[in-house]
Amino acid sequence: MIEITNVTKQYGGEAVVNDVSLTIEKGGITSLIGPNGAGKSTLLSMMSRLLRMDAGTIRVDGLDVTKTPSDVLARRLSILRQQNHFEARLTVRDLITFGRYPYSKGRPTIEDREHVERSLEYLDLVPLQHRFLDELSGGQRQRAFVAMVLCQDTDYVLLDEPLNNLDMRHSIGMMQQLRRIVEDFGKTVVIVLHDINFASWYSDRIIAMRDGRVVYHAGPDVVMTPQALFELYDVNVQVETICGKSVGVYYGDVNEMEVQQARSDRRRFATQVHGA
Amino acid sequence: MLASVAKVEAVEGKVARAVPPVIRLVLLALAAIGLITVFMTIEAHGNWDFILPFRGRKILAMVLVGYAIAASTVMFQTITNNRILTPSIMGFDALYMLIQTVVVFFLGAARLSQMNPRFQFGLEVLAMVGFSGTLYWWLFIRVERSVHLLVLVGIIFGVLFGSFTNLLQRMIDPTEFAVLQDAGFASFNSVNRTLLGISGLIIIAVSIVIWRMIHVLDALALGRELSITVGVEYRRTIMIVLALVTILVSVSTALVGPITFFGLLVAHLAYQTVGSHSHRYTIPAAGLFSVIFLVGGQMVLERVFSFNSSLSIMIDFLGGLLFIILVLRGGKK
Amino acid sequence: MQVQSGQLSYRLGLATVGVIFLACISLVIGVYSFSFRDLISGQADVHSSMVLFVSRIPRTVAIVLVGASTSIAGMIMQMLVRNRFVSPSTAGTVESASLGILIITLLVPNASIPLKILFASLVALAGTGLFLLLLRSIPLRSPLIVPLVGIMLGGVISSVTSFFAYRYDLLQSLSIWTNGDFSRILRGRYELLWLSGALTLIAFIIADRFTVAGLGEAFTTNLGLNYGRVLAIGLTIVCIVIAVNVVTVGAIPFLGLIVPNVVSMMLGDNVKRTAPWVAVTGAGFLLACDIAGRTLRFPFEIPIGTVVGVVGSVVFLVLLLRGSARVG
Repeated sequence: MIEITNVTKQYGGEAVVNDVSLTIEKGGITSLIGPNGAGKSTLLSMMSRLLRMDAGTIRVDGLDVTKTPSDVLARRLSILRQQNHFEARLTVRDLITFGRYPYSKGRPTIEDREHVERSLEYLDLVPLQHRFLDELSGGQRQRAFVAMVLCQDTDYVLLDEPLNNLDMRHSIGMMQQLRRIVEDFGKTVVIVLHDINFASWYSDRIIAMRDGRVVYHAGPDVVMTPQALFELYDVNVQVETICGKSVGVYYGDVNEMEVQQARSDRRRFATQVHGA
Repeated sequence: MLASVAKVEAVEGKVARAVPPVIRLVLLALAAIGLITVFMTIEAHGNWDFILPFRGRKILAMVLVGYAIAASTVMFQTITNNRILTPSIMGFDALYMLIQTVVVFFLGAARLSQMNPRFQFGLEVLAMVGFSGTLYWWLFIRVERSVHLLVLVGIIFGVLFGSFTNLLQRMIDPTEFAVLQDAGFASFNSVNRTLLGISGLIIIAVSIVIWRMIHVLDALALGRELSITVGVEYRRTIMIVLALVTILVSVSTALVGPITFFGLLVAHLAYQTVGSHSHRYTIPAAGLFSVIFLVGGQMVLERVFSFNSSLSIMIDFLGGLLFIILVLRGGKK
Repeated sequence: MQVQSGQLSYRLGLATVGVIFLACISLVIGVYSFSFRDLISGQADVHSSMVLFVSRIPRTVAIVLVGASTSIAGMIMQMLVRNRFVSPSTAGTVESASLGILIITLLVPNASIPLKILFASLVALAGTGLFLLLLRSIPLRSPLIVPLVGIMLGGVISSVTSFFAYRYDLLQSLSIWTNGDFSRILRGRYELLWLSGALTLIAFIIADRFTVAGLGEAFTTNLGLNYGRVLAIGLTIVCIVIAVNVVTVGAIPFLGLIVPNVVSMMLGDNVKRTAPWVAVTGAGFLLACDIAGRTLRFPFEIPIGTVVGVVGSVVFLVLLLRGSARVG
């Protein structure tokens, strides 16, 4: 499990993550949601030792992330953030092979190659494997990076808004893939998501943050309620149950939607009465 | 499973670049050896007793310095994640010139040429390594700032040193200045034998360290976050690479003088021709290109132009120009 | 910190008075001493008034003009390239101007000053254009990369200049020409600096366009301005100012970088509001450096290029390290 104790991060006097303590149990998908500036990405970065915390500790399976050697952690935990640019021209396959670096240190074995094959297949990248990354579309590149992280084969997989550049089909594919690795391999996935409905549909638990603090850490049924979502986002969300999952409709203010609905009902009634 | 792996590799072999990187390296090496042989033997008129050691020393200096510049530039570009930069701009060249100017100013030009070469070499290398070490400690070890910031600060110190140098140079008598101005340009002509030996040993030692780290360098090329993610001990590794780069640049500058932009040229040629992103191939390729250009250039200058001492100015100037062209052509991605 | 415009104008007035005060001090410093009282009452000897009119006043005026115009040039570049650390000395502009001076000196040994300025401007434009082209060709992942590219380009251009200077034995002259120095300023040898002054005024007048350009090409087009034209005008102003200043006085490192940055930290980036401040601060800063250079080792003078090189480096370092938590 990931134990976060009294973690704070400040930028210029302002606490972006404010004294956060929580425990993420092993297994399942945990989503991190919240409005812009809530501190989700910052917290994820600190969990993965990419960013130093100003106060507090984080332990992954008992290992302190700031004190444990990086390559030991790299075999337990992997992270993918949003901006990944570098000068070297790599092919998709090259990049994914780097996912095996913590194990092979640059000299891939047969077992490493098998992991690479599997990752290529999982993310539908086999036809693209020899293309250079800069020749791919944003979405394809995104999938290549996720494949690399999966190839790293760690117990904990942290992802920061991985659905950003993906179309519907690939977004669903990605989330289903994550569910599969959680169920088949017992991995723990922590994922920052913008879309509350993807969070609700696929997560076992949701951590909701606002202004640097954790407001909710519970299942989708608790978080996906109009009151909770208003508390988080200052927006009226109507929550429906579809296929047993909570889905939020927030595209227009709910009151406004009712008004629109009433207006179109009246018009229909009017035409019925007066005879089209 | 094994069968599918084998199948993929066969496909990979066909699809991949027509000529594998190793072959390309061998071709480059052959070209370099060929040029060296010509250099050593052309127009010798049978004076082998004199010619071989004399030219041999020049060749050795060019090989060592060429390799040092190439390796340091490639590694520096990897850790800064940027292919426009070269390590010498971080104030090394400026510090070197300042030291020369200070000596001439306070002790006179005569003293500069009479100074014990080992002492002078040691002084220069120590000053450059000391300066950069302090900089790295201040800006990178104490608090981790970005490498780009470190480079920019190094440059500013370079300007600072340059201001002092300029001030002193105005006050120097023009005849003394003539000595100084030559110091500002690298020369392979009169390299001291002992220094050559010492530098050679240092550069070989550094190369061994580089060879052992060759895979970590590949991972570093992914940028800070991805390299940490795959388990590289980022801060410590960057420090080590910076130390290696510093030693290489300081030693080559102290040995022959400043060469600023040549490394860029050979690094870019290596990236664009060797057919692999791995340092296992790019560093040797860049090194071989250096040797080819330095030896070839020196030969052309001696035979065709017969002005001996300005190889490095030409190389720097051409290196800079060609580099701009390469960047403009290869860019826009 | 929001300050009302009335208060701001008042403070600007105060700052201008401060600069005038510094200018007066500058007039008085020098090896030859005379008293103002004698001058005003008409009792001073001919030599005093000659020193004043031929050397002191032109020098002080030159400093004010160069300080103001270089700072404004830096500000314009920062707006156009949209990067805090761009300036004529970190974009290859100054080095290109120097190359231009060298080339024209070699081609036309007795070239007149206006000719030198013209040629230097053209080469400076070419060099700055090359810089912009380079920026488009490389991925810009951090704002720090822009000045690094500019400095690298400047270095390459300098090495080209050094190459030719070495060939034609002009290296020491080159280093003298290109290091900023006001001691050569005399009446009759500095008047072209007024051109820089005029261009600075023009920049004040069209200030708003630079602010808009600073928002980006898309925004600029959206507001109905031709981005390309604003860019061209801005760069032309910058290059001519730099050419004039380098030909007349030599290069002064970092001036165009630090003054606009310091002003921007306090007042933001609305050019209409900040331009007068940039000019006044630039003039005042350069006056202060000049005074320091002339008094620290009286009666010897430390050339202004060196003083500003040292002070400018320190200020640049502070600027970098202060803001670097987010930038780096």
